[in-house]
Order: sequence, then structure tokens, then C-alpha cells
Amino acid sequence: MSGCRKRCKRQILKFAQYVFRIITGTLSTDSIDDEQEQYTIRHRPEALEQLEAQTRFTKKELQTLYRGFKNECPSGVVNEETFKGIYSQFFPQGDASRYAHFLFNAFDTDHNGSVNFEDFALGLSILLRGSVQEKLNWAFNLYDINKDGYITKDEMLDIMRAIYSMMGRCTYPVLKDDTPRQHVEIFFQKMDKNKDGVVTIDEFIDCCQKDENIMRSMQLFENVI
Amino acid sequence: MAAGVAAWLPFARAAAIGWMPVANCPMPIAPRDQSKRQDELIVLNVSGRRFQTWRTTLERYPDTLLGSSEKEFFYNEETKEYFFDRDPDAFRSVLNFYRTGKLHYPRHECISAYDEELAFFGIIPEIIGDCCYEEYKDRKRENAERLMDDQEENKDSKLPHMNFRETMWRAFENPHTSTMALVFYYVTGFFIAISVITNVVETVPCGSTPNQKDVPCGERYTVAFFCMDTACVMIFTVEYLMRLFAAPSRYRFMRSVMSIIDVVAILPYYIGLIMTNNEDVSGAFVTLRVFRVFRIFKFSRHSQGLRILGYTLKSCASELGFLLFSLTMAIIIFATVMFYAEKGSTSSKFTSIPASFWYTIVTMTTLGYGDMVPKTIAGKIFGSICSLSGVLVIALPVPVIVSNFSRIYHQNQRADKRRAQKVQKARLARIRAAKSGTSTAFLHSKRNGLFTGLPQLQGSEEGDQQLNKTASLLESQHHHLLHCLEKTTAHEFVDEQLYEQNCLEGTLQSCPSRSPSLSSQDGPTGTCCCRRSRKNPHLPSAGVAPTCQRSLQELSAIHIQCGDQPPLTTSRSSLNMKLDEGSRLNCKTGLITTAIISVPTPPAIGPEGDGQSLTSSSVQTTASSNVVKVSAL
Repeated sequence: MSGCRKRCKRQILKFAQYVFRIITGTLSTDSIDDEQEQYTIRHRPEALEQLEAQTRFTKKELQTLYRGFKNECPSGVVNEETFKGIYSQFFPQGDASRYAHFLFNAFDTDHNGSVNFEDFALGLSILLRGSVQEKLNWAFNLYDINKDGYITKDEMLDIMRAIYSMMGRCTYPVLKDDTPRQHVEIFFQKMDKNKDGVVTIDEFIDCCQKDENIMRSMQLFENVI
Repeated sequence: MAAGVAAWLPFARAAAIGWMPVANCPMPIAPRDQSKRQDELIVLNVSGRRFQTWRTTLERYPDTLLGSSEKEFFYNEETKEYFFDRDPDAFRSVLNFYRTGKLHYPRHECISAYDEELAFFGIIPEIIGDCCYEEYKDRKRENAERLMDDQEENKDSKLPHMNFRETMWRAFENPHTSTMALVFYYVTGFFIAISVITNVVETVPCGSTPNQKDVPCGERYTVAFFCMDTACVMIFTVEYLMRLFAAPSRYRFMRSVMSIIDVVAILPYYIGLIMTNNEDVSGAFVTLRVFRVFRIFKFSRHSQGLRILGYTLKSCASELGFLLFSLTMAIIIFATVMFYAEKGSTSSKFTSIPASFWYTIVTMTTLGYGDMVPKTIAGKIFGSICSLSGVLVIALPVPVIVSNFSRIYHQNQRADKRRAQKVQKARLARIRAAKSGTSTAFLHSKRNGLFTGLPQLQGSEEGDQQLNKTASLLESQHHHLLHCLEKTTAHEFVDEQLYEQNCLEGTLQSCPSRSPSLSSQDGPTGTCCCRRSRKNPHLPSAGVAPTCQRSLQELSAIHIQCGDQPPLTTSRSSLNMKLDEGSRLNCKTGLITTAIISVPTPPAIGPEGDGQSLTSSSVQTTASSNVVKVSAL
């Protein structure tokens, strides 16, 4: 009963405020809200020397990277929506948003919902200049959605579906619904040595190092920047 | 690809490492960026004003002048800069387009000068950002109309071969085309005037007979007026029927406002003819005569101003509606107040609220007839408030209507909203077509089966080649990325119609694929890695990029070597030809459609390349480089 009375009081108060605002004009309150909304997050990255020490890029490379980064995200941080938008532009035929989501989580190492330039440069440094071990680590981190150290079939299925959805509809041969699942089965057959249904980091790295194709393809993007 | 997005291509490619452990097939080899050129500043001298920008900024849009090798034509060796003899002010917006990815239209710029600049630099105007696009389109339309008006004045009205009906319609719509039309135009105008004057004079009391009061002229000279009326109506009927006959779309003509006015103008006469005998409805018949006054609206065919006025009222419908609504509200409020204020006073004219409406309207429109006046003090107070507010309520929407009228009168636009909608749709369709260029470029390159990478020429050609190469480097890298995705998922991109075809075939045949080595029942591993060309037994097995056969299109990997091999004739592998190993296309600057292929392999590989660890590269290209493409995204 008291709760009901409290709610009634609150409602009456709100109504009275509303009427008061109508009478006195709502312009003043509106503008304050607008000003607050316009305040956006701005982020300035660490100094160039620091970044140079932390990543394996040269100064010039960092400069080129930052120019591109800043051009697309003037505020200095990327949020997930922008990230998805940028990544989707490379895959016009399919839907890249799922995979972009996983990528974003992989780059956003401190899980605060935004990727700033340091995260970006660090991630790229691993991907492009890191050792094979580090790259495989990164890939494992990408697949392990809940970051618990194990890749389960469900996580892998999610990732696989995300990759396949980038292909879009018009493919040859026609994409079937259980193609991702089949692919996951093959993956687990290869990777899961002790058949316990999950892939640990050691199994993963072990198995990848034995596979020639994978090792070679890891070197593929060395010269990207 | 858009500006910033091009800068993110390295990131997208790096992220592709996430697919690698999942893929079951080897990946295609990446296009190599031969000379690691550091990003340099280039100077653009536009009529003396120097602009500087990074080379990569310009290369974001490879299908424009500045982004392609076309700018080399303007390179000045002595001063080491690019000189353009164009307007530097307009160039600012062009350069900002490269920098920000958005094209803006400066309002002080002349529209045709701006268009010329855009055309010179190879930028399509459709990319103009939404902030400036409306303005751009408006100015363009104004300009076009002005040109059209000029043309029409000079035009000799000798149109080829119209049949009689079309000539008649044209004569009706445009009286200045022939003398007959002009005569007709004036005659109908004259008769409209006669008819209207007749209607007016009919009611004037003329003369009086001694025994009764003044009779209106209509009743005195009934026959004369009747003859006049008949003549006018006959002319109008003939005119209406002729217009109906000549109209290109009779249905649309009958629905148009002018024809309705015509019909309404002549109908009362005929109804009157039919119904003279029936006494009961004679009252209604008299009312019908009122509609004869609509003949005055027929003048709007003759007067441009009247038409514009009508159109203004139609376009200001919302303002007029607002005026009406606010007036009604105010009338009701004040009438109620006045009624209750005057209720007390004796012999008050404010007998009811509806009776007070009349007072309120007269007061608010500042007419003030004085037939109803408040007597109590309260009534007088509220009455004065009423008259003050009336001025405000009526004065507010009027300037809007006036400005609307003047705008329309000066610009003389007709139904521009509908035209603008169509234009917007067309513009969106054009931009969509340009965007689909990205995906179609990839499919196009696959279809041609031309796999090209980056030219690796030594010597003097290298300078030119570098620029030619960088224009397509972005594209080739992007295509490589898409190719990696295909390999990871063991499916290929096809375009819409192929997909539909495949679906159709899939439902018709039991085995969906015709490709001999392809079967959809094999898992992804089977399909991908089994697809090899049976025509190339010389293919070294290690690390080979599979030659994929498809029933409908042919893709092939060409084995290439770099180095100082004498240029052999290339043959694109097709179903019937054998694949030559070690071929190299000789590519001159930018004028042929196929670009060079080269591969970073050790030199001196003979044609019998068996047993050598030939890493063949299968890279894609954009097939055409001298066709100016629409800059996409």
C-alpha cells in the first residue's frame, strides 16, 4: 500500500513538474540536455615513442596507421557500431557484423566497449609482426568467446556461422544450413586430440604447428603495412 | 572504397588471420607491394596556388583523375609538381573530397563552372553529400529551366509530322503556335467575358413598369438573354468536346481541374433545358444558375497569374488549414466567454453561443459592424481582448502564404515535389549501382580469369608502372582478401543471376553440379582441394593454387615467372588450350586492359618448370584500367 502511495506521489510530482514546465517554457531545460549529449568521448593516444616501444612498428608505420585511424574516427576511439560499419564495407555481398563483433571483442582487450588507438596498434602489431606463437594465441583468443581458455563446439559454431555469413547468399555451391556445423566437426576432429569436446590452447597451438597449410598461411600477411 | 576505409584495408587483411586455423585449404598468395615506397607529399599547383597532400590520400579514389595515372600527364619535371590550369577555388572542394571522403558544393560557386570542374577531375556529382545535395540539385534545375526557356524562345515551331489530333492539342495548350490557335484563344476569352457580364447584368433592375416594382433585366428581356446564354454555352460545349477529342489521354483530361470547371460551367444550362417543365425542382434549378459564375474560372487558362495563385493556395494548404483551425478555436473560446459575460445584461443580443459566433468573427477580423455590442464591463473587457487577439491570429499565417506565392511566381515551378522525388530515387539508384561496383569488380575479375598481380618491370618503365600498379594495388589486395574468405569457407562468390541459375539447376537435376570434380556431397574439404585442372599435369603439387573449374565460367591460375625471361606468348587457359608455363604479359602504360603478372620467385626458370618449387601465385586484378569507373562507396 505504501508503495502504491509512493508511486502516486511520484506521478503527481511528475505531472506538476510537467505542467510547470509547459507554463514556463521548456526551452531552458532542453538546451542543457542537448549540451550534455554533445559531449563525446575524446581520446588522445600515448606518445609516439611509447607506442613504438610497445609495438613492433616503426615510427613511420605508426604515423600512417594513425592517420587512417583518425580519419575514420576523429574522436580517437572506435565503438562497435563504427567498427562493424567499417568492416562491412569490405564484404559487400554478405553480412560481416557478426564476425566484426567477435573481432571487436578480440581487439578490445580491456573490454570497455571501445577500441582506442593503442588497442588497435597493439592488436595489429601481434597480427602482422608477431611470432607464429603469438598469432596463434591471438586466433585462439578470438575463437574463445567467453575467454575461459577453452573453445567449445558452440563457440566455434558461432564463429563459423559468422564467417559463413560474410559470404552472403549468392555463393557457388549453394550454402547449406549445416555447412558451418560440418566445418566445425572437421575442425574439432583435427584439433581436439583427447576428444573431450573442447579445444585447449595447447592442443590448438600444437595442432596448428603441425599443419603446413596453416603455418604457411600465417605468414601470408606479413607485408601488409 | 571510401577514404578512411581504404586506410583500414591493412587491418581487415590482418584480421583475416582469424580465418586461417579454420580453413582447410591453402590460401592464395598475397599481392606483393614491390617497392616499399614511403608515403610522400606531392605538390599540386593549381594556377599558381600550391596544394600539398599525401600521395595515399589521392590514391583513395583510383578512378578519378588525381587518383589514377592520368595525373602524370600534368607532371612538370622541372618543378617536380603537378600543374593544373584550373580554378583554384573550385579545386579546394575537389581536394577536400579526397581528404574527407565527402564532396561539398560551395554555394557561391556557379553551378556550371562547378560541374565542369567535377567532370574534369573525374568525379561524379552524385557523391555530393546530403548536406549540399539539395542546393546543388535546385541550382541545377534552375539552370536547366533557364536554358530550356532560352531554347524555346529561339525554337522554330516546325515540329516534324504530327497528326491532326496532336496539332490540335498543341494548339489548345499553346496558343502562340499558330494563328488559328490564337484566334480561337481570343474568341473563347471573349465569350467567357460575355457570359459573365450577361450573368451579372441579368440581375440589374432596368426600367420599371408602372404597375410593379423594378424588374431585373433578365425577366424583362428574357428572350435576348436566353439567346445570349445559348450562344455562349454552345461555344463552350464545342470547345470542351474539341479538347476532349484532342487530349492525348482522355481519362486524365477528364479528371483535370480545368475540365471539371468547364463541365460545371455548362451543365446548369442543359439541366435547365431538361427540367423547365417540372415545377417542383424549379427551386433547385434556380440554385444551379449560381454555378454559371464558375465560368469566370475558365479565365485561368488564359492567365498565368491565376494559375499560379491557385497553385500557391494548394501548396499552402497546411498554412491555410492552420489559420482556419486556430481561428475556429479562438472563435469558440471567445464566443463562450462573451455569452456568459453578457448573460446578465438585459435585452442582450448574445442569445446563445452560436449567436455570439457572429460577434466574435466580426470583431476578430476587425470588421466591427456594430450590430452586436457588449454592454457589461466584463463583456467589454473580453471584447477588447478578442479584437487584439484576432489581429494576431490572422496576421501570423499570412506572411507565409505571401512568401510562398512570390517564390512560386518568381520561380514558376510546377509540381516540383513529384519531380524531386523521382530525382531522389534515380540518384539513390545511381549510387547503389556504383556501390555494387565493388562486388561486381571482384566477380568480374574472376570471370575474366585474368590473374594479375603487380608489375615488376625493371628500368625506365618502373616509374610509370608503379603508379599504374598502385591504382590497382588496393583493389588487388581487397580481392585477395575476398579470395581468402572463399578459400576458408570453400564456397565462391557468384553474382545474382548465376546464383539464380544454379538454384534452378539444383532443383532440376539431382546432382547439383556439373563440374566433374565437384560434388556437393563431399564436405568442404573435398570440394576445395579436389578442384584441380586436369589439363595441367605439370603443376607441382606443393603449394599449388588450385585451378578451379566451373561449368559456367573458367578461372585459371597462370604460372608466371619473373626475371629476364624473354616474353613468351601468353595464353589464358581455357578448356581447350594448354596452359603455358612461364609466360609474361608485356604491359605498357595504362592503355591495355590486362595488367602484368609477376611473381616473386627465383629467376631463371625454364619452361619445363617441373619439379621446381614454383610458387605460383594466383592473384586477381581489376580487368579494365582505362575504363573510368564510378568511384564507389
